[in-house]
Parts: sequence; structure tokens; C-alpha cells
Amino acid sequence: MSAVVLNAVWKYFGDFAAVQDISLALPPASCLALLGRNGAGKTTVLRMLAGLSTPSQGRVEVLGMPSGDVRARARIGILGHGIGVYDELSAAENLRLFAGLYELPDADRAVTRWLERTWLDHVRDSPAREFSRGMRQRLAVARAFLAQPDLLLLDEPFTSLDDRAIALLQSLLAEALAGGTSVVMSTHQVREAMEMATHAALLVRGKLAHFGPRPPEMLNDPGWLYRTYGEA
Amino acid sequence: MRFARQSLRIAAKDLRAEMRTKEALNAALAFGVVILVIFSFVLDPGSEAIREMSGGLLWLTFVFAGALILNRAFARELPNDCLDTLLAAPLSGAALFLGKTLASFVLLIIVEGICLPIFGVLYDINWLLQPGLLAAVLLLATWGISVIGTVFSALTVNLRLRELMLPMLVYPIMIPALMAAMRLTTLLVTNEPISNDDWIWFRLLIGFDIIFTSLALGLVEIVLIG
Repeated sequence: MSAVVLNAVWKYFGDFAAVQDISLALPPASCLALLGRNGAGKTTVLRMLAGLSTPSQGRVEVLGMPSGDVRARARIGILGHGIGVYDELSAAENLRLFAGLYELPDADRAVTRWLERTWLDHVRDSPAREFSRGMRQRLAVARAFLAQPDLLLLDEPFTSLDDRAIALLQSLLAEALAGGTSVVMSTHQVREAMEMATHAALLVRGKLAHFGPRPPEMLNDPGWLYRTYGEA
Repeated sequence: MRFARQSLRIAAKDLRAEMRTKEALNAALAFGVVILVIFSFVLDPGSEAIREMSGGLLWLTFVFAGALILNRAFARELPNDCLDTLLAAPLSGAALFLGKTLASFVLLIIVEGICLPIFGVLYDINWLLQPGLLAAVLLLATWGISVIGTVFSALTVNLRLRELMLPMLVYPIMIPALMAAMRLTTLLVTNEPISNDDWIWFRLLIGFDIIFTSLALGLVEIVLIG
């Protein structure tokens, strides 16, 4: 069973086709780097995978279920453009809310564990509005990993993270991949993404220009895919 | 059970966040009190006219002030894209909607609970003559207002002029419930008996709540995801 399946997927916003006839299937425990310039359709694809948007045509499946299915959503962790953190709530309350919504059996333990792993345990009872941007981003990372998801959907996960936080996220992602979790991430930071990507997809103006195992050339030359399959 | 638990979690989260900032609550309370005070300048306290208008005046105050609370129901999720994070979590749109409706309902009841005694003092009206029935009217009508307001809060959440659009959309739909609440409240605060003909207003309130709650629970997923 594929972790993610897109079958002849189109997405229109009015007359504008943001995604055009995309088909791909990502094997389980793989990491897909979704590449493309701004407006290429990366976020639209991720939103359809997360069930936040329905395709105009075609079929989207995650973990063998239609995207948006509540059972599928229970197995997905998401880190979107916005960090999805409530400023009025403390770090622990933010995580406890989602631990409850995901119905985790030992919510308090999971919350404590992820606050420690993201170096936020010393501010667990402080409201998130007092956090720096990096701390809020780490709280969002903790929230995305909290329910030990089988699929992680990450939209520009490295943006605005400092070096230490990037290293933390990379190690968490490597650990999740080793544990069988699949990852789909859109990113402009190709160098960081290529260190863990097993597959790469390039979107050009809503069309899939390339999809396949990560080309070995990209490890040393992150721009290779853009030059080979992208627009001039 | 899972549905109820998740709704209560959302309601508790919204109430906790609101109690920390008191943004909507303070604004609604201040607005409600200002309306009552301004009308008290024009209307003679204790007069027959004010008794006959008491239900209308109270419910106009409640819905005008309540719009400020209902506007925040989904707008509260806008900072940091929290709405997307909630919609991606394994809870149904109906559970999310019900939780938000519950939170709005509690906040509206707080505003009404504070405005009622002020109304009594300013207009020299003893509103506690039939407290049980008055409480029933308040709860039924406030639930109806909360349901309609929360649905339209979800619809207008991404509009720039949502503060203006929400009342324009919501008030016309609330008219049947408001008419019933105004009529019954007037009878109750003036200690008049509720005749057989007037019981129909109670039935209207109950029917309004059942119909719109069912419709909202069934359709909110479409409103939120499309």
C-alpha cells in the first residue's frame, strides 16, 4: 500500500488550474521532497493530502484511505505555513489540546516527552505569545510529531528555523523515517531536504515535471532537478 | 462519546483563551451596557411603555452585543493558521462546530446574566417574577443565536469585512427566534400569564433550535472544507 496516491488530480480556483493532472504514488517509509517555484502548486497538493481542500477532479489517497477521512487524519501530522499554535495557551496546553483531539492514551506523558525533545520543558506553562519565533516553531514541530503519525505533511518546515532547530528537525525526521513514517515536504531549502529525501517531485506551473527516486546528482548539486526538468 | 468529548475540548479551549484575553467578552459587555444606558435616557423608568418594550429592548441589546462574541468564534482561529491545524486533526467538522457553539453560548449567557440586573436597575423592572420560565427563554433563544452566529462566523471568517457581514447575514435569519424571545420576555418580566396562544412562541423557539442545530451539524463540513 502506498503512503500517498495522487491519481489524475486537478485543482481549480475559479478558472485557474493550480494543479493539473498530477499522478504519483509514494511508497511507505519514503520521504518525498516536493520542489518548485512559488505558485507551482506545492501547498495546494499538501492541502489536498491533508484533507483541507478537495480535488476538482481525480483521486487523492493517504495511507490507503481517501484524504480527509477522519481515520486517515488520525495518522497524519501536519506542519503548515502557519504554525498552528494558540498564543493564549501555554506550551503544555497547546500540546494537551491536540493530544486530546488525537485521543492519545497517555496524553500527559506524550506532552512532557515532546516538550523535552523540543527543548521547551522549561517554559511549559508559559503562554506561547511570550515565545520567540524559533520557540513557537519548535512547539509546532512538537505538535506535528505528538501523535506519532504514519505520515508527516510539512510545508516549508525549515523556514525561519535557526541552525540548531534545523538540526533538531532533521534528526526527528530521520528517526521517524527509520521508524516507518512517510514524509511529504515542500521546500525551497533543497540542500537540507535532499539529505533525507528518498524521492523528489518537481512541480512547474501546476504540472508534475518530474517524479521519481531522488536523483543522486542532487546530493552535490541541489539545482540539478530544476535545470534538467524545470523551466529555463 | 468521542464526538461529545471532542466538542467539549474545543469549547474548553475557546473559553480558556477568551478568559485569558477577555477581548470579546469585555467588548460585548461594554457595548451591551452602553446600549442599555443610552436607552434609559429616552425611556421613562418604570413606565408602562418601557414594560411593553422590555423584551424587545433586552433582546436587541443581547444580539447587538452578542455579534461581537459570535464574530470571534472562528476568527479566533485565524492567527497562526490554527483553523487548518484543527481541520487536519481527527475531529469532525460537526464536533468543531458544536464546541464553538457551546463556547459562544456560555459567553453570551455571561453577557446576558450581567446585563439583566443592570436592565432591572436602570428601567425599574423586577425581572425575577417568573425566573424559571425566563431562564428557559434565555437558554433557548441564546442557543438559537449561538448556532446561527457560529455557522455564519465560519462562513465569513475569511472575509475582510466580516465584522459587518456577520450581523447583516445573521439578523434576518434570527427573526423568528427573536420575535418569540421578545414576546415571551415581555410577558415574563411584566408578570403576565402566558396564554395558550403564547405557548406557540415557546414551541417556535424549540423548533428553531432543533431545525437549525440539525442543519448546521449536517452542513458545516461543507462550509469549512468545501
